[in-house]
Amino acid sequence: MDQPTKTKRLAGSRLARHKSLVAYSFILPNYLGFAVFTLIPVVCSVLLSFMKWNGSAAPEWIGLDNYIGLFANIGKLSDSFGPALRNTIVYTALSVPLTMACSLGLALLLNSQIRGRDFFRTIAFFPYIASLIAVSTVFKLLFIPNDNGLINGILKAVSGFTVKWTTEQWGIYFMAILFSIWKNMGYYMVIYLAGLQGVNKELYESAALDGASKWQRFVYVTIPEISLANFFVMIMLIVNSFKVYDVFYQLFAGPDNVLGKKTTILVYEIFAAGLRGNNNFGKASAISMVLFALVLAVTLIQFRGERRFTNR
Amino acid sequence: MNIEKRRNVAVTAVLYIVLIVITLGTLFPFAWMLVSSIKPEVEIMAYPIVWLPSKAIWSNYKEIWTIIPLATFIRNTVVLAVTVTFLQVITSSFAAYAFAKLKFPGRDILFLTYFATIAIPWQAYMVPQFIMMAKYFHLNNTLWSMICLQAFSAFGVFLMRQFFMSIPDELCEAARIDGMSEYGIWGKIMLPNAKPALMTLTIFTFVATWNDFLGPYIYLTKDEVKTIQIGLRMFNTQYNTSYGLMMAASAITLVPLLVIFLAGQKQFVEGVAMSGIKG
Repeated sequence: MDQPTKTKRLAGSRLARHKSLVAYSFILPNYLGFAVFTLIPVVCSVLLSFMKWNGSAAPEWIGLDNYIGLFANIGKLSDSFGPALRNTIVYTALSVPLTMACSLGLALLLNSQIRGRDFFRTIAFFPYIASLIAVSTVFKLLFIPNDNGLINGILKAVSGFTVKWTTEQWGIYFMAILFSIWKNMGYYMVIYLAGLQGVNKELYESAALDGASKWQRFVYVTIPEISLANFFVMIMLIVNSFKVYDVFYQLFAGPDNVLGKKTTILVYEIFAAGLRGNNNFGKASAISMVLFALVLAVTLIQFRGERRFTNR
Repeated sequence: MNIEKRRNVAVTAVLYIVLIVITLGTLFPFAWMLVSSIKPEVEIMAYPIVWLPSKAIWSNYKEIWTIIPLATFIRNTVVLAVTVTFLQVITSSFAAYAFAKLKFPGRDILFLTYFATIAIPWQAYMVPQFIMMAKYFHLNNTLWSMICLQAFSAFGVFLMRQFFMSIPDELCEAARIDGMSEYGIWGKIMLPNAKPALMTLTIFTFVATWNDFLGPYIYLTKDEVKTIQIGLRMFNTQYNTSYGLMMAASAITLVPLLVIFLAGQKQFVEGVAMSGIKG
């Protein structure tokens, strides 16, 4: 190899190395934070779910015992994991379709050419960014379970009976779901509006020419055309409902900061097992993995569905 | 024809009535909050609702500052929200530039690790994260804990990368030929071209940090480091009897959000459509 080519190549590899170093320098600040504060805890969470550890003694590998403990205890008096799983799933199963229906309905109303459309949209969106802690307090006061509450006041005036909102199981679900819909409706409405904007107008015209009624046009044109938006909204809602915490905590935890069997949810159980001095890290991590499994299942469905939508 | 016309008018009227009812329902909790914040205590719970208080108790808005250290809470929240937003925007746009426009060994693997974690909810690793922060870094009860927690999310990198990819490569190439460094291209070409995405990321991060509850609730238990959301919770427990104070403090925390929202409305709406999936 003659001298000039060699130096050239050396210079070339040095240049390549320099280029890579520059690239790494761009990534480093964010990646360092991400690796330390996200990746490492994620790996620890998986490992801890197979261990017994209280933070002071040496951690002990116990295989699946944490998981077995969770599921074998379901139904026993001391068990709160079972109720948490049930409440989380019921809340998800009810709030997701209801929020979808309300958001889509609102989007349809606000997709038509009406005066003040932007004004209505703006107002519908605001609850989504309003601080949950502040606005949930209002709901809590409106639904005060004795005769003083506004909702009970109305009920009493209209029908003569009142509801113990925070102790009746259905009252608890009702409050949590109503609040979630009110809070999140505007956000999903915006996604639906974006979907509705993409619907081909000619499809409506030809459907109308064929004599399709408004309802038929909605079912056979709108719904299939916005199926991608529908799908995204559903996935996001399910994942966010599995992760719910502040809604239940804020509406139902009293001054003792505790959620009982009727109001507990998965994230609260993780919190209660692993934080605030209850150092049952193995149990907390096992519940974490159950939550993760639920979210992962939905995400996998999402990937499959996305492929179906993009292949169409 | 006439019947058709009359029917259309009727449909429009119904449409407006439905919209107005929904809008009133949406606004009702806010209106109730504001009115209750200046009402005498007995009128707050009265049924039917007293919309015009017999006398306005403006002193509630004075008392909230002394009954809990509200000013400290607000200062902490502002410091956190500004720092986190700044770090998030800088570091994630920095990383996103390399992922979108540079070629280097290991790029896809590194990006995959970000991607792999989107499906993992933070709540599923918050316990080990807390152990690490408290036991080994001794950062609990400092604002640093929240900064470390929130400033380096994968979401920002995704959002910025997606936007940078839509900026033509030729722009970078031309700048490189002119002798501009990669840092110069990031600062002078990419950032000015990515203003909508930067605005979206800024607004979303700021609002998320301002409103975050569970993070500060886990890490910040001492009054001098608490944020405003945790402070509101104090009214809920210790000062249970004074709903007026609670409502006044709640209203105060909504003011910055309202200002940001009205100023950045367009970015919010575009951001929701742009970001698509955000956990």
